[in-house]
Amino acid sequence: MKPLAVVLSAGLALTVPVWLPNPYYLHILIMAGIFAILALSLNLLLGYTGQLSLGHAAFFGIGAYTSALLTLRLEWSFWLGLPAATATAGLAGWAIGRLALKLRGAYFVLVTISFAGVISLVSVNWMELTNGPLGLPGIPAPSLGPWSLRSKPAYYYLVLTALALAYVVCHRLVHSRIGRAFLALRENEALAESVGIDVTRYLVLAAVVSAAMAGMGGSLYAHYTRFVSPEVFLFTYTVTMVIMVVAGGKGTLPGPLVGAALFTVLPEALRAATSWQWQMLAYGVILVLLVFFLPRGIVPTFTSEGPSTAPSDTSPRIRLRRRSRRSDRC
Amino acid sequence: MDALLQHLVNGLVLGGTYALLGIGLTLIFGLMNVVNFAHGEFYTLGAYATFAALTLAGLPFLAALAVAIAAGVLLGALTERVLLRPLRGESIDSVMLVMIGLWIAMQNTELVVWGGVAKSVPHPFPTAPLVLGPLGIAPLRLFVLAAALALILGAHLIIQRTRLGRAMRATFQDADTAALMGVRIARIHTATFAIGSGLAAAAGALLGPIFLAYPSMGDLASLKAFSVVILGGLGNVAGATLGGLLLGVAEELGAGYVSSGYRDAVGFVIIILVLLLRPSGLFARAERVG
Repeated sequence: MKPLAVVLSAGLALTVPVWLPNPYYLHILIMAGIFAILALSLNLLLGYTGQLSLGHAAFFGIGAYTSALLTLRLEWSFWLGLPAATATAGLAGWAIGRLALKLRGAYFVLVTISFAGVISLVSVNWMELTNGPLGLPGIPAPSLGPWSLRSKPAYYYLVLTALALAYVVCHRLVHSRIGRAFLALRENEALAESVGIDVTRYLVLAAVVSAAMAGMGGSLYAHYTRFVSPEVFLFTYTVTMVIMVVAGGKGTLPGPLVGAALFTVLPEALRAATSWQWQMLAYGVILVLLVFFLPRGIVPTFTSEGPSTAPSDTSPRIRLRRRSRRSDRC
Repeated sequence: MDALLQHLVNGLVLGGTYALLGIGLTLIFGLMNVVNFAHGEFYTLGAYATFAALTLAGLPFLAALAVAIAAGVLLGALTERVLLRPLRGESIDSVMLVMIGLWIAMQNTELVVWGGVAKSVPHPFPTAPLVLGPLGIAPLRLFVLAAALALILGAHLIIQRTRLGRAMRATFQDADTAALMGVRIARIHTATFAIGSGLAAAAGALLGPIFLAYPSMGDLASLKAFSVVILGGLGNVAGATLGGLLLGVAEELGAGYVSSGYRDAVGFVIIILVLLLRPSGLFARAERVG
């Protein structure tokens, strides 16, 4: 982005509560900010390393529950709960990354879905810890010294700070040596490995950062809504994140922000006109249409940003005939 | 001991329908390399089509089952033609996203059409269980098991004994060579997706009367189908049959002896463990080299 655009949008974002004091609009912006953090985190995996994780809601939920339990049961402060949630989700990301990133494509996707499924069932069935389907109410709102951050403008600034932090981390990461390694292994894993990139190490690193960031989003969500239930593990959350990343433009930094803004504001705008199931129906149709008509996403289509198509030409023109070995089945 | 036998029988009934789901998915996944997240929605379609044919059209039970299977086959063929054929050669991720979109769209269409309240699907069988020694089994369940086994046999015969089946097997082994031998790959894909969806609809039609028909019933069905496919190995019909029966029994035993809350975790755990420890499936022969 050009410096002027950066200054303008930063100025706009910082002054929102001044010229838009309506709490409902601020609520939408807070949710958009939380989802932008989630979309940024998913984009690290999906956009930069090319691994589609469909278990991302698990890290979001782990972050939400960690933070909620620590502040409720151990009466920790939010300022300790947030990093603890980030760290716990990162640890879960490391574990699942070490296990699942041996696999690729459909198999990786299935393991991530299954992981999220198991975690979700645990949250429903482990009554003593999670209070089961009833959820955990009364999560305290964060406070900063004597000030409570319960008001919408205050929470807006909290989320904005976290989002800026997440954005900077992503920016630094993808524009470093590590980010170039991500891109290399996304475009051609064999080639990347042949020039000495430790593929598994970099993929696990991406998974850890991505999961930790989603955990941070989960913590912010828990202390904002002040209630968590197993619903945070709903597949809908994962799908929403995927749609945001794909619609905005995977593999670009502004893409997830655009996607998150669009797909938080749009459902709210449609809410008066339609019911929930029509909205979800529209989500499904939009996802299909996106793949057909806007496969690169909004940001790369309308700007010069985003992955160029050139490097993928290095993939071998002749398809490797792996399929011929499976002759005795079917 | 009696309880164990009872669990085994119940597990086999469930497992028969899981096998139907798994065979459909393993054909689609193995032959077309499509991760069909909408598979469970065809299962839901089968249950609702049976319900509609029985209550709205007043058809007899067997005819309603046939209607459900036909609905699955037709909608499956349509899906392949409209959504999947234009995407042939695209990355597996794009196709996966389209199937997720179709899944959400189909599920919420069902919600719009039928509402969120579960429908109980009527059936003509007596509700008193048949008592065989220590076992009690509802006649409906016995019928479901028999019908599932008959459909599995039918699928097996189509794949092994017909021209279409031979073309499907050839496409699975090597699509390029099959195309050079005159197999119309596009048609084989349509047929495969139609058959797979028809089998899923059959499973839904059979389980609908045992459980209830509700819009989100397909989510778990998809999960079970994926577990079965992974258990049996990609594209392995015999493996999917065994895997389905095994999953049904494992779930029934897990729910009976461990905790019913974690019944559906069995499928997830199977997916994770098999993929990590034995990715070619439990029943795959040793991979040939060269």
